Amino acid sequence: MEFYRSHVLVCTGTGCTSSDSRLLLSELTKELKANGLEKEIQVIETGCFGFCNLGPIMVVYPEGVFYCRVNQEDIKEVVQEHFIKGRPVERLLYREPGAEVHTQEFDDIEFFKHQKRVALANCGLINPEKIEEYIARDGYFALAKVLHEMTPQEVIDEIKNSGLRGRGGGGFPTGLKWQFAANAKGDQKYVVCNADEGDPGAFMDRSILEGDPHAVLEAMAIAGYAIGANQGFIYVRAEYPIAVERLQLAIEQARNLGLLGKDIFGMGFDFDVEIRLGAGAFVCGEETALLTSVEGKRGEPRPRPPFPANSGLWEKPTIVNNVETFANVTRIIRYGADWFASMGTEKSKGTKVFALAGKIENTGLIEVPMGTTLRTIIYDIGGGILNGKKFKAAQTGGPSGGCIPAELIDTPIDYDNLTAVGAMMGSGGLIVMDEDTCMVDIARFFLEFTQDESCGKCPPCRIGTKRMLEILTKITDGKGTPEDLENLETLAKTIKSASLCALGQTAPNPVLSTLKFFRKEYEAHIFDKKCPAGVCNALLSYKIVPDKCRGCSLCARNCPVNAISGKVKEPYVIDAEKCIKCGACMDKCKFGAILKG
Amino acid sequence: MRSLEELKALKAKAEKELALREDTSRPVITVHMGTCGIANGARTVLNAILSELQTRNLTDVHVTQTGCPGMCHYEPLVTVTESGKNPFIYGKVTPENVKKIIVQHIINGQPVTEWLVNLEK
Repeated sequence: MEFYRSHVLVCTGTGCTSSDSRLLLSELTKELKANGLEKEIQVIETGCFGFCNLGPIMVVYPEGVFYCRVNQEDIKEVVQEHFIKGRPVERLLYREPGAEVHTQEFDDIEFFKHQKRVALANCGLINPEKIEEYIARDGYFALAKVLHEMTPQEVIDEIKNSGLRGRGGGGFPTGLKWQFAANAKGDQKYVVCNADEGDPGAFMDRSILEGDPHAVLEAMAIAGYAIGANQGFIYVRAEYPIAVERLQLAIEQARNLGLLGKDIFGMGFDFDVEIRLGAGAFVCGEETALLTSVEGKRGEPRPRPPFPANSGLWEKPTIVNNVETFANVTRIIRYGADWFASMGTEKSKGTKVFALAGKIENTGLIEVPMGTTLRTIIYDIGGGILNGKKFKAAQTGGPSGGCIPAELIDTPIDYDNLTAVGAMMGSGGLIVMDEDTCMVDIARFFLEFTQDESCGKCPPCRIGTKRMLEILTKITDGKGTPEDLENLETLAKTIKSASLCALGQTAPNPVLSTLKFFRKEYEAHIFDKKCPAGVCNALLSYKIVPDKCRGCSLCARNCPVNAISGKVKEPYVIDAEKCIKCGACMDKCKFGAILKG
Repeated sequence: MRSLEELKALKAKAEKELALREDTSRPVITVHMGTCGIANGARTVLNAILSELQTRNLTDVHVTQTGCPGMCHYEPLVTVTESGKNPFIYGKVTPENVKKIIVQHIINGQPVTEWLVNLEK
């Protein structure tokens, strides 16, 4: 064993990789070597910490110093100051918004303080490419425990008692799903992990696979033991190259140690896992479409029943669970159902991972107990709305979900409360919107997505989403007519009740929930031909306020279509006919003389 | 993996490598490495500490660095801190002294009083 005095963890998850953490890594290795420190200080690649907007992130142990937005150019200074002289580089430390001093240790940062990490427990703290680090943190002991001490039924009961519900969207009780598959007759059964994360903005499954792949493999083996399956498949998007690579490596390492394969722990239980790559169709996240795709056919859903638990992959009993669900399973077996059930609300136990995005200070990945209010998530963890603007609504559940308006900000978030307000837990995407967001435009955006991703098998979804999108586009173009709202509602109801799978059944949600909470905005578009948030271009016009204009000509010089004219030192005028409403003049004006509305 | 024992053994080994990243109440050895410390040989002292810890497989002892505390005439300085206790500061540490500090102080809990510079406090 090599002896190091310091471990430097560099995040190489997708977020930090795209902010060039790889360059930083090679520079760090080079610089340590140049200073003869490569035998004293160990550099470790790790998964996502969740604080993605601060990437690349680097944590130095034993002190636990949290560096953020570290550039390749900063490395020399870090090595000279921190590693040689022991002085953390102040300017690279995290600083809470508004705080005067930097926060040195990462446990002290507000963003992390309010979180409870269960599914993400290891993400960012271990090297996902070394199975030993997972084992050091009790990895594979849950599998050992079920094989040595528990009957399959006891495993299922433990999961049932924990109250764990599917984290991929539906929220179906996991233990019950396992029970159905265990009861199903059949000599061959399958465990499938749904890692086809498709909601725009959601990336918790990717982060778990990148940061803690063994947690998923271990849980799949546990599930295999519980339902009597010896083969698992992970269906993961090909657009997640780092996750796929780390999963593949994890599977090989587990096989080498005999933690996957034949006769695990000498207890006579065989289990192996294979990866199947998805080609990026959103519908393949729906379980029946996913299974069809694993079989090598076109990914289209089929009617249920029969449910996969009875007739799934190649018509054999199959369970399909989401990545985050599996990550929770390992911890439930390790710490017990009671521990897990002690967190959360009455009907939603445990924690949930949310991908924070939109108009919020701290974008990234967070995990909080079920029942945490939107206010805590947005203001305490998220650091509030960008640029001090007003919070308008939060969109949960992606294209299948809905909006929670500002007046419901104190709603405790769990499966049932979200459904009650017309939103949905979904996979946990949480998009925060401020006063400058147009709700009709948001609904149109999501409909555009689902319409595009509809597989086309059933007419309600294929034709219905197309018609809804046309109406929404018409409204945002300023051509809406009074009967549009009624038509939208009728279409929404038909699509919801008649579609074959969850894609269609939930596609109208963004429209219905914005109609419910923000009907006035739709009406403003249709009757007043105005977009109150100032987003829909067709309903906007730019004007120069003569009293404020100093005639500096800056706007005219920046206008790409020469729509602004006037004499220097006299108020300028915009020609509405020529104006393409790009807003360049407004951005450039130093006197706030240009208004839009 | 043929048995639970095998997994336990693997864990025990792997845990030691990770100890550095876990919270621990074990001692922290701080080497003062300001310009004065480095000029007086703090780097060789640091290396001696690391190799001694490795020889004795003491993975739960943290080694960190800090700047000059102002007693430049005593450099190289090494501080041993245990949680809840006052720090012990050793002055004019040489690579040869390191072994005794580790055996007597870190392992057996008896500070090497004759080398301490903050004894009267």
